[in-house]
Amino acid sequence: MLDIKDLHVSLEDEDKQILKGLSLKLETGKVHAIMGPNGSGKSTLSYVLSGKDGYEVTGGSAELDGDDLLDMDPEERAAAGLFLAFQYPVEIPGVGNMTFLRTAVNAQRKLRGEDEMSAGDFLKSVREKAKSLKIDADMLKRPVNVGFSGGEKKRNEILQMAMLEPKMCILDETDSGLDVDAMKLVAEGVNALRGPDRTFLVITHYQRLLDHIKPDVVHIMADGKIIKSGGPELALEVENNGYADLLAEVA
Amino acid sequence: MKMFTPKTTVKSKAKMDVTHSLMAHFPAPDGTDWLSKARADATARVNAMGLPIARDEYWKYTDPAPMNATDPMFSGPSAASDVFTGADAVTITLIDGVVQGDLPKVDGLEIALLSDAAQADIHWVQDTFGVLEAASQGNVERPYAALNTAIATQGVFINVTGEVKTPVRLVYGSDGGQCNLHHVVKLAAGASATLLEEGTMAARSTSVTEVVVEDAATFDHLRLMMDVADRQTVTHIFSRLGEESTFRSFTLTSEGALTRNEAVIDINGDNATAHIAGACLGDGDFHHDDTVFVTHDAVDCESRQVFKKVLRNGATGVFQGKILVKPGAQKTDGYQISQSLLLDDDSQFLAKPELEIYADDVACSHGSTSGAIDEDALFYLRSRGVPYGTAVDLLTLSFLAEAIEEIADDRLAEIVLAHLEETLSARR
Ligand SMILES: Nc1ncnc2c1ncn2[C@@H]1O[C@H](COP(=O)(O)OP(=O)(O)O)[C@@H](O)[C@H]1O
Ligand SMILES: [Mg+2]
Repeated sequence: MLDIKDLHVSLEDEDKQILKGLSLKLETGKVHAIMGPNGSGKSTLSYVLSGKDGYEVTGGSAELDGDDLLDMDPEERAAAGLFLAFQYPVEIPGVGNMTFLRTAVNAQRKLRGEDEMSAGDFLKSVREKAKSLKIDADMLKRPVNVGFSGGEKKRNEILQMAMLEPKMCILDETDSGLDVDAMKLVAEGVNALRGPDRTFLVITHYQRLLDHIKPDVVHIMADGKIIKSGGPELALEVENNGYADLLAEVA
Repeated sequence: MKMFTPKTTVKSKAKMDVTHSLMAHFPAPDGTDWLSKARADATARVNAMGLPIARDEYWKYTDPAPMNATDPMFSGPSAASDVFTGADAVTITLIDGVVQGDLPKVDGLEIALLSDAAQADIHWVQDTFGVLEAASQGNVERPYAALNTAIATQGVFINVTGEVKTPVRLVYGSDGGQCNLHHVVKLAAGASATLLEEGTMAARSTSVTEVVVEDAATFDHLRLMMDVADRQTVTHIFSRLGEESTFRSFTLTSEGALTRNEAVIDINGDNATAHIAGACLGDGDFHHDDTVFVTHDAVDCESRQVFKKVLRNGATGVFQGKILVKPGAQKTDGYQISQSLLLDDDSQFLAKPELEIYADDVACSHGSTSGAIDEDALFYLRSRGVPYGTAVDLLTLSFLAEAIEEIADDRLAEIVLAHLEETLSARR
């Protein structure tokens, strides 16, 4: 379970508060969605949970199965089972996608005190997973995300997620910039990973992703806080009426 | 060939004092054999030019003072290096410049030593030894190269007449003294060879390598400079390229309080190719200067200069690179890139890229950048579970990749890459 309590976060360089007492309980095995207007702090939440520099936690806590996430280095959080599919995946010229994947898989295993994956097992597993995401051999060979289209980058994120088998997956606007076919592919990739031991936090603007990845709980975020939580019908309400009514309710 | 004429006649007293006090340590050559004459000519060149001192334009970013010191420099011994052991090369080991054991025999090439040159009749080296060095003095003065011709007593001469697959490997080790090495490599028309160099020549050293690449010949050169942190060295590679010939040189430097590597390449034959590349990992008391001068004096030739430097803990990197395209050298394709990755604020990179073009139908480009590690890329890697040190190493390798790709032979490139990875992880 990911338990976020009263989280307060400011920018390190500026005197600006972004998360203003955010609380969320994500039960293991469930799919939670967060929707909210631009600038409400959704990406900030995902970065703070995964350990990016530049943010200062001024209050509150975040625990993954009882372990204090905020106290760990980013790589330790990954090894503890946290995964963030980036809104804007980063290009890394000169590092082959395959080398990157293998380094990541084995680094996590090492951090957990497990044996490395054999080269043969690794190859077999990557090929299989890449195939179902329609990622071809060329994309595996190329430098990480370099020259990838928006859709290719997002599918590459899901491939990493599939290889790393995290228990807590955060997807930050994985649907943005995708056409309908690409979105279906990504959603299928995510659905294939759903299971009783894996929890999802799906950040999105649109109902359409949630047609494919059916959430158990939907939260509405505005100005650094969760302002309302409910079932899948809450997403439909946003789709039909926008955020205005919801924002007015809490104001 | 152009004769040497000193550019300026008036040299400062400070410069001449430094020059005379160093030259006084070496007996004036007085024999009548060809080598003594070559040395006497070179001595005259040094005395006319004077040694570099701190205010010289060509030494703006690198203080030459340590190289002018008259007191001997000693350092701890360094064992003969062993990175290219798996390269199926024939090996010549030099300790403080002195060749150990017998010379290997290789089909398609002949090997001789400078230390035997006065006695033995090695006629093929006479038209090259000190000649390329002297010819280079017309553009810019390179006094340490002339000094090396004047005083070097050790060096390896290689005369290549066939297509030789087996690399010739020079392995350096040092008991901690000084040495001056002067090598000559000649490749006959259509010949090919690979020269590997690795290790530390001496605590303080100079080296000159003169390479004549005749028509359609191919010369590959890989050099690893490492092991001894406090060593000081100035090296020069001079090369003259014939028609359709290829010259490729790559240097990896991971240690050295003072390194100045000069490459002076004259492309004289049409359709020739010259690639000069370097990668360095500077940490702490490290100063590395790549000074390159490529002259295009023929049609349809390509030259590339690719230099990448990773610097941290106060290390300094320098690049001075010039492409000179002479009148009539049409269809020249010249490329030059020099970049540094600064891992902290204490390190610095100084670059002076230059293009001088006197032909109108050419494509030349150059660029120079300095940057820190990409924080977004670093976080991306760490968020996937790659530990900080490993992630920095991966990004470092990614930064160096363009230089490593200049190594034409895949197997040798793999050896260099493995060595690089090992060096990085040992420093983590
Ligand atoms: N590194 C940053 N520097 C400056 N402002 C930032 C930074 N990160 C986030 N912000 C600001 O914080 C607010 C929340 O941003 P973000 O988390 O990206 O929102 P969302 O993902 O919900 O659109 C915005 O006003 C944004 O401009
Ligand atoms: Mg966002």
